[in-house]
Amino acid sequence: MRTPTGYALALVAVAIGLSAPFWLGNYWLGILTVAFYFSVFAMSWDLLFGFAGEVNFGPTFLIGLGAYSAGLMNNAGLGIPLCLVGGALTAIVGGVLLALPALRLRGPYFGLVTLVAVLLLLDAIVIFAGITGGEIGMMVPSVLSVSAVTNYWYALGFLVISAIILFFLSRSSLGLILQATGQDRIEAAALGFNVTKFKLAAFCISALFSGLAGAMVTFYQGTASVDQMVDLSIAVQIIIAVVFGGRRTILGGILGALFLILFQQLLLPLGQLNTFIVSGIALLVIILFPDGVLGYALRLMERRT
Amino acid sequence: MIGLQILIDGFAISSLYGVAAVGFTLMFGVCGVLNLAHGGIMVIAGLIGWWAAVNHSAGPYGGAVIGILAGLIASYVTYFAVVRPLQKSRAIPPEEQEIFILTGTLLWGIMIQVGLDYLFTNNPVTMQALIPGVMHIFGVRTPRNEGLIAVVCWAAIGALYLLVNKTPVGKQLLAASINPRGLTLLGFELSHIYLIVWTVYGLLAGLAGVLLATFFGVSSANAGSLTASAFTIVILGGLGSVPGSLIAAYVVGYAETITAYLIAPTLRPIPALLILVIALYIRPQGILGRR
Repeated sequence: MRTPTGYALALVAVAIGLSAPFWLGNYWLGILTVAFYFSVFAMSWDLLFGFAGEVNFGPTFLIGLGAYSAGLMNNAGLGIPLCLVGGALTAIVGGVLLALPALRLRGPYFGLVTLVAVLLLLDAIVIFAGITGGEIGMMVPSVLSVSAVTNYWYALGFLVISAIILFFLSRSSLGLILQATGQDRIEAAALGFNVTKFKLAAFCISALFSGLAGAMVTFYQGTASVDQMVDLSIAVQIIIAVVFGGRRTILGGILGALFLILFQQLLLPLGQLNTFIVSGIALLVIILFPDGVLGYALRLMERRT
Repeated sequence: MIGLQILIDGFAISSLYGVAAVGFTLMFGVCGVLNLAHGGIMVIAGLIGWWAAVNHSAGPYGGAVIGILAGLIASYVTYFAVVRPLQKSRAIPPEEQEIFILTGTLLWGIMIQVGLDYLFTNNPVTMQALIPGVMHIFGVRTPRNEGLIAVVCWAAIGALYLLVNKTPVGKQLLAASINPRGLTLLGFELSHIYLIVWTVYGLLAGLAGVLLATFFGVSSANAGSLTASAFTIVILGGLGSVPGSLIAAYVVGYAETITAYLIAPTLRPIPALLILVIALYIRPQGILGRR
């Protein structure tokens, strides 16, 4: 991907993104805004799953922590920038909490802990419905902007910056060492890498971007809601987006998220069957092309050169 | 009085959890597969059983049999359409196969849930009790059906015990769980053994789903939480250990019943999650886990 063609394609994609407000209506800009935030969820999950090899079934635990703590701080009278920082910091604390079992537990055991973390967060939100709004969601007094175009710019900027940081982190020595620890932890440790330190770093980075994205969505929508940020179905959609787009590619998450959100819009007339078809397509993709769309494309390009 | 009530109710619920979890743990022990569509398969059995009993005058017993068969078919479909292709795929590196099977069965479970939601809506349905009426155990009014559930569950667990420990097929299953390569070298076809496990699994999950439908009622919305509770029980007991799962089923069943009776019914799922988190920090291999 770090080829002239790769950079050129990325530039074209950004240019199309920049020009979108001039030829797209507000409705579709709104959809793209959601898809952009979702892409950040997907990319930060890929850093943990694709690189550090951790099956985190609870990305929404980190997202929800960021969203709700930012919302609570905003309700307490703090401004949006402070709330974003606060949300990200809370999510990082959550990331460290998740990293502790990850350092001791393997594969399915760790996956379960993350699943339980989400369920506990859901229960906590419902039990403390007095301050969190429970299943209805928590309104916040401030919003980023009321204009669809401005919101779109915020989301696009956030996506591009996150994508650049995460992509180059994953291609740096940090990404390589994480891959090594994910594939063979003992050998990585034998090579002299402090596995604990790198795993912890991966969790903190993933949590930072998840929490920040969660907080941004809260201020985009004016509510922090269980249905859209914490529910397990959101976690599943994030997983689908990454696996569909191509794991271990970071940028594949953007393709997956765009596919997922746009396709769901197109299938909206089908109602409930919508999720059935999207899951079915994702299942077919992981059976037939386990490397995902971007992974498959990269492999084809490699073969040609 | 309430203590006895908890004891009796908890026993029936725990036996049901036991049957639901035993198939799941057997599957992991022998095939190394964690089937996240587990709850979906149970719900299929319950809903189809109810549908056959109500709409096609199959009666409660006919409905139960049809429900169990539906669970078996769902189990075969899961194996041939989802798990087998992922296991055979050459594009998936072996060390990542586990993750792919988890993701694949998760997606399949969602498809089942949404599909059932579409066909049957998500209103909970309750199957007619297999034996109507109530009985008195030490002065506690108990539906006869609850007693029947406990008896049927223990009969199923007993049958499984005999199958695994006393028959040649069971010896092959045990051998496959200990050393699959050794078994292959002795000339046994591993895929036949996997098929047997998926059959046993389908029957157990179907039975659990049907009994659940006569007890609490089932709805498509339950699929996720049923998978989570089976997963919880199996991890708590130790992955792959059948006796461990049974002990854990009783721990979870009683913890839930006590919470529901003494604190609040809405807090029912919480103690199991807390027990699980504590257990994972202190003893990640579970009560009777091997590794």
